[in-house]
Amino acid sequence: MFQRLPNASGERVSFTIDGRAAEALSGDSVAAALIANGVSACRTTPVSGAPRAPYCMMGVCFDCLVTIDDVGNQQGCLVRVRPGMRVETQNGKREIER
Amino acid sequence: MSDLKPRYDLAVIGAGPAGLAAATLAAQRGLSTVLLDEQRAPGGQIYRAVTQSPVRNPSVLGSDYWHGADLVGPFRDSGADYAPGTTVWSVARSLDIGLSRDGAARVLPARHIILATGAIERPFPIPGWTLPGVMGAGAAQILLKTSGLVASGNVVLAGTGPLLWLLAWQYLRAGARIDVILDTTPRENWRQAMPHMGAFVRSGYVGKGLKLLLEVRRKVKVIGNVTSLAAEGDGRVQTVVFRQGDGAEQRLPADTLLLHHGVIPNINLANATGCAQNWDEAQRCWVPTVDGWGATSVEGVSIAGDGAGIGGALAAEHRGRLAALDALHRLGVLDRDARDRDAAPHREALDKAQRGREFLDTLYRPAKDFRVPTDETIVCRCEEVTAKQVRDAVKLGVSGPNQTKSFLRCGMGPCQGRLCGPTVVEVIADARGVSPAEVGYYRLRPPVKPITLAELASLPKAEDEIAAVLHH
Amino acid sequence: MTETTRSDYDVAVIGGGLVGSAIAWGLAQHGQKVAILDEGDIAVRPSRGNFALVWVQGKGLGLPEYAGWSKRSSDTWTGFADQLRQQTGIDVCYERPGGFMPLLSEAEMEHRANQLRRLHNQPNVVRYDYEMMDRAAVEKEMPFIGKDVVGASYCPLDGHCNSLKLLRALHTGISLSGVAYLPNHRVERIDPMAGGFRMTTASGEVRSGKVVIAAGHDGRRLAPMVGLEAPVRPERGHIIVTEKTAPFLKYPVGFIRQTDEGGVMIGDSFEDVGLDTTVRNGITSTIADRALRIFPLLGKLNVVRTWAALRVLTPDGFPIYEQSTSMPGAFVATCHSGVTLAANHALALAPHIAAGSLPDEFTAFSARRFHVPAAA
Repeated sequence: MFQRLPNASGERVSFTIDGRAAEALSGDSVAAALIANGVSACRTTPVSGAPRAPYCMMGVCFDCLVTIDDVGNQQGCLVRVRPGMRVETQNGKREIER
Repeated sequence: MSDLKPRYDLAVIGAGPAGLAAATLAAQRGLSTVLLDEQRAPGGQIYRAVTQSPVRNPSVLGSDYWHGADLVGPFRDSGADYAPGTTVWSVARSLDIGLSRDGAARVLPARHIILATGAIERPFPIPGWTLPGVMGAGAAQILLKTSGLVASGNVVLAGTGPLLWLLAWQYLRAGARIDVILDTTPRENWRQAMPHMGAFVRSGYVGKGLKLLLEVRRKVKVIGNVTSLAAEGDGRVQTVVFRQGDGAEQRLPADTLLLHHGVIPNINLANATGCAQNWDEAQRCWVPTVDGWGATSVEGVSIAGDGAGIGGALAAEHRGRLAALDALHRLGVLDRDARDRDAAPHREALDKAQRGREFLDTLYRPAKDFRVPTDETIVCRCEEVTAKQVRDAVKLGVSGPNQTKSFLRCGMGPCQGRLCGPTVVEVIADARGVSPAEVGYYRLRPPVKPITLAELASLPKAEDEIAAVLHH
Repeated sequence: MTETTRSDYDVAVIGGGLVGSAIAWGLAQHGQKVAILDEGDIAVRPSRGNFALVWVQGKGLGLPEYAGWSKRSSDTWTGFADQLRQQTGIDVCYERPGGFMPLLSEAEMEHRANQLRRLHNQPNVVRYDYEMMDRAAVEKEMPFIGKDVVGASYCPLDGHCNSLKLLRALHTGISLSGVAYLPNHRVERIDPMAGGFRMTTASGEVRSGKVVIAAGHDGRRLAPMVGLEAPVRPERGHIIVTEKTAPFLKYPVGFIRQTDEGGVMIGDSFEDVGLDTTVRNGITSTIADRALRIFPLLGKLNVVRTWAALRVLTPDGFPIYEQSTSMPGAFVATCHSGVTLAANHALALAPHIAAGSLPDEFTAFSARRFHVPAAA
């Protein structure tokens, strides 16, 4: 659970998480935006199906993999959230055509 | 990528303090220079979002953080090209850089390359560290810097090292709540660190550091001498389980557990380039082997900053400038005497910035029980391999990490061993009863970061390379 | 130093890769007391870099016995995998769905058809089914093939496994069977002694009644020490592997296959560069480009690793199996198909080594074939 500091500055960005409307701040990465919106797990692993959430926030751990605008296995912490972006949490292995 | 030139005299990879300082100096001295960085804004991790942080009150992140802005201004004015959002996935001995930007890959040749890939948090494998709600303290700090986000609910910090205390201090400044800090610093570290105390006292960090520590200890409950740690929960962390000394197991409710066991060099790119590396016993990690200018065993490739051994942000700046001066020398702009003369003030500043490092290295060295985790602990997060599996492989005669990789897929996942390599080496060394120096490290290959098959397919191909595939 | 003639082991197998460990495993199942002498963590190890096909089609043009030897291994692979699973609990994920070799032009189709026809027309060659398929037939099995695919050759005997699990299963199996696995025992010398052989290694001396050189590239150096020869050379091949993906590709398709774990492996290249395993991006790029012509839908997948490994190639590409005539009890076994032939090495070759002689069927695989004048 994370919360935004009350005086955090920035423009509001509207996007969707698994089809539901969500809001972020303009400087947020997708991973930060998921955390800010209370998303506990961003994916389940392809090996055991265990839930995972962002761990390092700097592009090295690959635990924040999500589907962004229909492309699977994107590192959520390295992509800035954009207006209208469609972010989807993932189940196990990615699909071949997305 | 039309904004990049076809080739550069100097390519610097990573826009933290070392990379910013190196690129700035080189460009000011007339080298055609490009700074390639994976992030969207300059600063690296230490000065992450320094030009655009939503945290408005400067006293929250502290003056050391805002110093990063002093590096960004001169860089912007230096004439160096800047490629943010650019992932470098390969550096070949030919000094061709494989990069990827906005889904398109290309190869960029340079005459000299400075790797300024910085540090990563040392993996801190405990049972349950893969549960949602458990993350690195460094990760929490990035969330604060970039997004003004702080953990809420029951928050537990655990581990050892300056960054843990700095985060706690920043959290308190921001008005965030911390339930407890579980300090894993082994008692005997104090005794071992004492001989290095003198240099540390003279370093100038000591006053600042003590003030910060006291402020945190005044406001947060600190439980010291923590000797075991685990995260438990159904689908996410709910409870932190720990022991103090050899005392009984204690349990704490937790919504967020922030772990930290210091930082180690991010060596994947240097390793895949073929740079020789050595085991650093003091910092308990593998580091690329470099000379006093950061030059590696690969001609034309240098490393500046924490990527060549942890020295901290200020030292990284100076190491960046020294590496840039040596690049100027190697490219024929400066003769040896001019290089050495111009380097003198930076070398002096570097010595000053590194003073007291032995004290910190010794004091904050993680205990063996945390570096060599219990059997059930997941070591490789990607392939979900446990410490027991690694130990069982050693029983079959496996002597190093490249064989555990073959036997267990340990290190074969997308993180390419960044989160398991240091632990696998420690576990094998412990099981074999030898030094990690004898165990070795993963041999890595490009791409060190994933690129799509379509990107790979789009790269230039020489005639003999095509023939090797198609005309067999 | 005092000379003794006591042997520590019935057989010393030099090399702990797929060839050496399969032979050692087979020897142990026949009651032999075996040691494997291996190098350390960093060594030239083709067994860690292979493509994991259990492949029959196209093999044996020029040496019909090799076609039969490959088919025999393929035919016994299911039983071999079962034995390993029962013994070790490790499933090496062997599957035999049949394999395709994709062809990207009419010229390639014609060349492939001719090659297979010539192979199967050789005197005394083993008979098995294969088929040249046109594009429509291939598309029926794999609707997602690219527009450049003209057709494919298909053989129902072809399959694949998880070769890293195979290596682990063999090593677990030999450990359970009492084989001594001795890492960091690079062999410097082999000397005959009364009743056997003495190996001088980086970690001391090892004595055995028999010795099997299954040391891959190092066979070239070691075989002459016991009156044998293994004139092998390294041939570098590159492989790409993608992230784990939901299953979509049922068949191994020549140089593209999806592993049991979900990753897509893509090969392959051929270079003569000595013992250099550096990866060249232009080669992996060419491999990726060809893969996209065959399966365009692979384009979005992330590449997580590439590597280069070194095939152990004899002058004609076929294996060498031979016992020394000047120093009986010394054997050499070398090939570049350690996965395909693992079942044979364990089940067909090892029992003969245990018994102390190779029957006539192995004569065709003697290195003496390299000394027969081409015109003869």
